[in-house]
Amino acid sequence: MIKVEGLTKRYGRNVAVQGISFEVEKGQIVGFLGPNGAGKTTTMRILTCFMPPTQGTARVAGFDVLEAPMQVKQRIGYLPENPPVYPEMEVEEYLSFVGRLKGIPSAELAKRVDEVAERCSVADVRKKLIAKLSKGYRQRVGLAQAIIHNPDVLILDEPTAGLDPKQIHETRDLIRSLAGEHTIILSTHILPEVEQTCDHVVIITRGSIVATDSVQNLTSRLRGQEAVAVQVSGADEPVIRQRLEQVAGVSRVVARDTHNGLHSFEVESLPGKNVRAEVARAVVESGWNLSELRAVALSLEDVFLELTAAEKPSEGAKQ
Amino acid sequence: MNNVITICQKELKSYFASPIAYLLMAMFAIVFGFFFWNAVGYFVNVSFQSQAMGRSFPMDVNEMIIRPLLMNVSVIGLFLIPLISMRLFSEEKRSGTIELLLTSPLHDAEIIIGKWLAAVALYGCILLISGLNFFFLFAYGKPDWKPLVIGYLGLVLQAGALLAIGAFVSTLTRNQIIAGSVTFSICLLLWVFEWVAGYETSTWASVMGYMSVVRHFEPFSKGVMDTRDAVYFASMIFLGLFLTARSLESLRWRA
Ligand SMILES: Nc1ncnc2c1ncn2[C@@H]1O[C@H](COP(=O)(O)OP(=O)(O)OP(=O)(O)O)[C@@H](O)[C@H]1O
Ligand SMILES: [Mg+2]
Repeated sequence: MIKVEGLTKRYGRNVAVQGISFEVEKGQIVGFLGPNGAGKTTTMRILTCFMPPTQGTARVAGFDVLEAPMQVKQRIGYLPENPPVYPEMEVEEYLSFVGRLKGIPSAELAKRVDEVAERCSVADVRKKLIAKLSKGYRQRVGLAQAIIHNPDVLILDEPTAGLDPKQIHETRDLIRSLAGEHTIILSTHILPEVEQTCDHVVIITRGSIVATDSVQNLTSRLRGQEAVAVQVSGADEPVIRQRLEQVAGVSRVVARDTHNGLHSFEVESLPGKNVRAEVARAVVESGWNLSELRAVALSLEDVFLELTAAEKPSEGAKQ
Repeated sequence: MNNVITICQKELKSYFASPIAYLLMAMFAIVFGFFFWNAVGYFVNVSFQSQAMGRSFPMDVNEMIIRPLLMNVSVIGLFLIPLISMRLFSEEKRSGTIELLLTSPLHDAEIIIGKWLAAVALYGCILLISGLNFFFLFAYGKPDWKPLVIGYLGLVLQAGALLAIGAFVSTLTRNQIIAGSVTFSICLLLWVFEWVAGYETSTWASVMGYMSVVRHFEPFSKGVMDTRDAVYFASMIFLGLFLTARSLESLRWRA
């Protein structure tokens, strides 16, 4: 449904998105996950034909965003970061305005407005001025606006930002219920949101994709994995690290910090391997002192932070 | 075409939903009312005087009231037009609704023309107030109505040209005040360019003179419609809307 290849966007000399490629199948919900300034909004703006890419191609339902923008726009519903609402309009008036813009025939317009107002739970405020609505209601009006013409593709930029927990829950349910008939891309900073609402996740940071996988794969892959926190004294940090890296089953060793000759490491193991005993033996056999050895669970959160961190945690800790 | 109407309707509703439309109309009614009262008072005075002195030359209402008043409206327009055009695009940029417009299946030209038509229509409403005043002249005298119609045509053309330029300026910033001030300066310049042509004869002065809105409006106020003046206004409208379109396009690239 959506195919992006080698997409690059530069603002002057500043590169916002650097050669990203991904695909989204029909009916999927894909979560765009990344820290501030990662390039999520930029990518979405290119997909919605708000602005053209500097390089690369993006296709929606087989139509190129540069060559056939009208066809793309007809098939896309877009909720920008800030709901694009006119405060001086009533909710109903606004929804019919957007409906007309999207080319809904006037005979069906009233019915469609009713439907989306009902679906996005804004039916009770339909006669209210948008200026007088709370942030949560505005967000829902924004969502109603995005689905009014029943588009094939929905692009939602941080759809739950600024909502209270109950509204977040309702919005996620709504988004889930929209899947199947619509293909959805949503962006977020929040991991559980991806776990709860999306099928696929694309993790993006500083303009590049660092991971893309199904949510199931990613979580199961990470759930089985564990890390061990170790504190060792008796040798220099690089020596210890080298030794730990040689232990069978260890995938990665990260040096944390050093206090009074006591070096802390985090040892990550390959999935399904328990390396605690081997790590302990390696340290003792080298004649060093083992002060602490403790398992730490590696959550999706950690992986996300690790994948997206601007600096390696160890480097940050040393400063 | 439908899209143009949709945009135009929405824009007009926005004008009338906020106090801006009523405020402009009230401002105009007061200022123009004063000019009107002044002009009529002067006319009556002069008529009495000439009668008292036994000279009864025919007093021309068109020449003595309508023409100067139309010139006044033209000048008041220079002040009102920036206030009408300043929000056209800058407000959409500021609030982010520009994202809705530019990602909906409609052409940039439809957005621009819809908005411009709405602005011209609002100015038309303001002009109607002055029309009301002129209506009294017809109730009490017998002015020629043809020059008046041509005069109004000129006023609408002038507003169309300046509003097109104002629309362009408002695409350049998300700040309404800036958009308004810049447009006002341009309007003012296009007005005072005429003065240079009054005493200078260099090429630059004649170019400035040609650009002057007043010079091209004046014949309309006399009830004379010259194609050269109509062409001037039409090209200004075209230029303004064209620049708006280009600016909207580059907005996408810069966004
Ligand atoms: N109009 C612009 N002009 C110049 N640079 C921009 C512009 N918009 C975004 N950028 C830059 O592009 C990069 C990506 O921004 P983008 O808005 O796509 O990030 P994001 O992932 O949506 O972040 P957030 O989570 O904060 O919404 C940032 O470094 C930002 O500073
Ligand atoms: Mg963003």
